[in-house]
Amino acid sequence: MKTKDVPQDNANLMEGKFQEPVYSLDEDGNYTTVRSVGWDPKNTVMLHAWEEVNERIEEVRQKVLDGQLSPLAYHMEKNIMDTSLVGKYMGFWAFKVKRHLKPKRFNKLSRKTLEKYADVFNISVDEFTNIELLKEK
Amino acid sequence: MSIEEGKMKEQVMDFEHKQSAHCENGVVSNMLQYHGISLSEPMVFGIGSGMFFSHMPFLKVGRIPVTSFRPLPGIIFKRTSKRLGLTFEKKKFSDPRKAMEALDQNLSQGIPTGMLVGVYHLSYFPAPYRFHFNAHNIVAFGKKNDQYQISDPIMDHVEQLTYDQLRKVRYAKGVFAPNGHMYWLREKPKEIPLEKAILKGIRQTCKHMLEIPVPLFGANGIKYLSRKIRKYPDKLGPKKAAAYMGQIVRALEEIGTGGAGFRYMYGAFLQEAADVLNNPKLEGLSLDITGIGDQWREFAIITGRIVKNRNKATESYGAAADLLLEISKEEKAFFKKLKMAIDS
Repeated sequence: MKTKDVPQDNANLMEGKFQEPVYSLDEDGNYTTVRSVGWDPKNTVMLHAWEEVNERIEEVRQKVLDGQLSPLAYHMEKNIMDTSLVGKYMGFWAFKVKRHLKPKRFNKLSRKTLEKYADVFNISVDEFTNIELLKEK
Repeated sequence: MSIEEGKMKEQVMDFEHKQSAHCENGVVSNMLQYHGISLSEPMVFGIGSGMFFSHMPFLKVGRIPVTSFRPLPGIIFKRTSKRLGLTFEKKKFSDPRKAMEALDQNLSQGIPTGMLVGVYHLSYFPAPYRFHFNAHNIVAFGKKNDQYQISDPIMDHVEQLTYDQLRKVRYAKGVFAPNGHMYWLREKPKEIPLEKAILKGIRQTCKHMLEIPVPLFGANGIKYLSRKIRKYPDKLGPKKAAAYMGQIVRALEEIGTGGAGFRYMYGAFLQEAADVLNNPKLEGLSLDITGIGDQWREFAIITGRIVKNRNKATESYGAAADLLLEISKEEKAFFKKLKMAIDS
């Protein structure tokens, strides 16, 4: 790729925080880096990946509101985690986390366990457990 | 706060932060610069045999098979330091407090210190790029107003992290959990064996791209992927097929590749290597791999269209598969030529 052809298609994926160096050939045929704000094909696949994530979050949110799953399921999905990864942060086996996805089990959890979960997701215990808050999302 | 932290005098080293494409090369390049060794990012990348290809359908991340254009994290670093005769001190800690104390101690002695961290909780990263990837490399080179001064090769500028923020990313969990891993340069030779290191790096890349007897890796891996994606629309349906295709391009253009799955960066490496080794053949090969990189970008464009029109007809999958087959052939021919160019 020539330096003058390095794409600058901005989809604000980098939120203005940095630009990506792209290697390309300048007019004298020497390799150099050009900072790029983005490229359409990459933007498309990145946005698509996040769309898929958001779709799943929405599905789980509905299930939590319907009482099929506990709020843990929502926050797990929201943080793109699975039971095994949450388990590692909690010091639990994955199956134990899986049990807590059931509202019945979840409602029996101790304050201490809830605090630990909330800390993993970087939120307060109220934000973690309050289903009302999920209605407006 | 422990006693050591309280006592630590705040100071910042004269560490030059330079942005690079890839974190592993970038950290090595920046750390060596501090110790008086000037090596560009492509040089570090080429010596560490950073270019690769693998497609592992059985290994899934987020329900999608993994395609990768680089070796496992940490390998480039390991190879580069070995080939240049550099000795790094490395440490891991089970206790996060001890890990932070050890860092403070290093900083108060004026030692820029590399660390492995998880990206997900890295506060200065843009949100769309934050996922659970744990093998990111950064360097701390001082403390000012209780903020660690961080050189993150991905970022334009020097960043800051608080004690708690840094502790959290050093103890991210999951695959490649860093466990507080930190490293710093202990010894360097009087003169680095640059030419020998370059040749070793090239030889290993050729070997890995041509000779691994499992068809998931190297040029054969690309052919394998071509066969797979031809069947994607029928086998997976339009939604899943598009998701699978998207991952390939995300890996190809992942932050740090410098474009086209490191193929351009390898071109830059060969151009520099041609000078160092006084081998004009490498100059021509640099152009060849640049052309192959352009084809990979073409593949990304087709895939972008597939993903965008994922609910419509599925004809482009054939075109994408054809192109990959062509790339596989060209990469095979390229690495054969490269091997000849340095061994004759």
